[in-house]
Amino acid sequence: MFPRSIDEVIRALEAHRYIAERGLATAIFLALRLNRPLFLEGEPGVGKTEVAKVLADLLETELIRLQCYEGLDVHSAVYEWDYARQILQIRMLEASGERDEARIRQQIFSPDFLIKRPLLQALEAKNGRPPVLLIDELDRADEEFEAFLLELLSDWQITIPEIGTVRAEQPPVVVITSNRTREIHDALKRRCLYFWIDYPSFEKEIQIVRARIPEAPERLTRQIVAFVQELRRLDLYKLPGVAETLDWTAALLALDRTELDPTVVDETLGVLLKYQDDVLKVRGEIAQDLLAKALLRAEMASGGA
Amino acid sequence: MGGYLLHHIVRFGRTLRAAGVPITPGQIVAFIRALEWLPLEDRELFYHAARCTLVCRREDLETFDRVFEWFWRNPLMGGQLPPGLLSTAPGPIRRQENRPRPAEVGHPPAPEPRSENPEAPPVILADRAMTYSPIEILRRKPFERFSEEEIQRVRRLMARLRWQISERETRRLRPGPRGEHLDLRRTLRRSMRHYGEWVRLLWRTHKRKPRPLVVLCDISGSMERYARMLLHFLHALSHTRRHVETFVFGTRLTRITRCLRHRDLDEALREVSHTVVDWSGGTRIGECLHVFNRDWGRRVLGRGAVVMIISDGWDRGDVELLRQEMERLQKSCYRLIWLNPLLGIPGYQPLTRGMQAALPYIDDFLPVHNLASLEQLAAHLERLPARRSARRSGLARPVPSGGPE
Repeated sequence: MFPRSIDEVIRALEAHRYIAERGLATAIFLALRLNRPLFLEGEPGVGKTEVAKVLADLLETELIRLQCYEGLDVHSAVYEWDYARQILQIRMLEASGERDEARIRQQIFSPDFLIKRPLLQALEAKNGRPPVLLIDELDRADEEFEAFLLELLSDWQITIPEIGTVRAEQPPVVVITSNRTREIHDALKRRCLYFWIDYPSFEKEIQIVRARIPEAPERLTRQIVAFVQELRRLDLYKLPGVAETLDWTAALLALDRTELDPTVVDETLGVLLKYQDDVLKVRGEIAQDLLAKALLRAEMASGGA
Repeated sequence: MGGYLLHHIVRFGRTLRAAGVPITPGQIVAFIRALEWLPLEDRELFYHAARCTLVCRREDLETFDRVFEWFWRNPLMGGQLPPGLLSTAPGPIRRQENRPRPAEVGHPPAPEPRSENPEAPPVILADRAMTYSPIEILRRKPFERFSEEEIQRVRRLMARLRWQISERETRRLRPGPRGEHLDLRRTLRRSMRHYGEWVRLLWRTHKRKPRPLVVLCDISGSMERYARMLLHFLHALSHTRRHVETFVFGTRLTRITRCLRHRDLDEALREVSHTVVDWSGGTRIGECLHVFNRDWGRRVLGRGAVVMIISDGWDRGDVELLRQEMERLQKSCYRLIWLNPLLGIPGYQPLTRGMQAALPYIDDFLPVHNLASLEQLAAHLERLPARRSARRSGLARPVPSGGPE
């Protein structure tokens, strides 16, 4: 389905178990309407990558993912020739007495011997529905790749010297994510719709846990979210994201817990905090203090509901 | 779309630019195209659409929110920006002529009966007067009072230095005669000349790039007499290579990378003096390093960065915190260099509590007090060892002596 309004986007995302705030829904809607890439930034674990997955589900189309890393080049991002088969083919042609170099060349550099990597796949989709192209963690790629991407995003075409130019009939829906381990150049970001995904509010996060882990008891969910929200106010190296909240909920369910207590919090803190310094800082007194606040807040929230 | 709204949007763009959010005409066009798809009476959607089309940096979001609230409350006002609306993230472009002109007389009201939305972002005026302690003297350095001769001399001296920071192997491959990866593509193409016979193997090798450099410079009271010269140094450094991130600290940490991008030294220094608020106050190195490690570490220390701290080590903050943060910093960078201007004084011993706490985590402890020491530094940066020195957690390593290893 192709959403016709922003409310429709919100409803459709919810139907696919993604709870989005209105700003993000607006950006997604406009990205679809204006055919512009969506550039998502935010702390790790706030659901940037998930947006692309849900979007592919929602548009009932294919998700093509390109994971970025330093040194990512045309061979891994766009296309590569199948050298082993090419060599075999040369030998076979030779055996059959073919001596014309131009003809050999034409044969082995044909589309049959081309291995398509994500970006070429995204351009070539032909079933009438443009795919969703996820360019994940662009900050990990280097400037060389960024420059190449900038060009691709403006023309939607790629030239393969041996074959010619491939142009997208319909440009794919592009979602780019970044964790900001490096600044992405403004020129690229300006071609996109930019959205910073923040940590969700208490109510939003409860909705997210409900949507993702419906079997979690209501009371436990409220306590978990209240605790995580308290934790995010601390001065830590890495604050827990929504992904951690969900992991923790799953962990507590696996332990058959129905509510939080100081012991279980101390024991499972490692699910939420990923730095030893942070765990040491929080474990014990601070954790109990936060827990007391969280339980109170959870109780008040249930009273109001 | 109504002509007036269009007019206001263009002026809104100009106002944003004046407030330090660098936006392009292309972004304005994107915003106007976006509006065709939205119900205009919904102020919230109007806000979100403007935000995702016009802003592309997180640090500009806050300024955007303030300008948005101020501008659309009454787009006809459009006079001078209130001083609090200036961006806290200084952009490279902040020209006077970009300021919005006062609205023309007899201009009809805009077609926007936008109701006040309770969810609209609150107006928070930048409060730069917040202070930490009485020690922190919120004073702006009058760089303008530099004597012309002094500037020229320093400039000439700095220009003579050559800064080449040792390179590291990146993961990107490029053709090279002595590579370790077979370049199948070129080998095969070349073989076509010989009827598919692989006469010669071609190789790819790792591309090399200079390491990123991150400078953290102390500008507290005790460093005051070195500050001028150090800023010239930082400016010269910023213009020799692209990947230099510069921060200054006293009681708080300020990133001045963007300020220093001005080619013109005076312009850059003026920008710096406007941005930094804790000149010549106290020092809390530990707290500032903590902020750096937490907010910036992951963003600027990747790709084998070299970190230089310039400070005399006089610290009035928490020494234990300083120790912890130094350990973390050392573990997250390729090499940690501490430049101390006092090291140039004969007989100086690094005995201050702060210096003592930091020493075990420093890879190189070097002086920075005259041009000779800068030359020494340049030479040192050029030939950093190819491997990073050992990092041990919590254990004190032998204190490095005052000189490169």
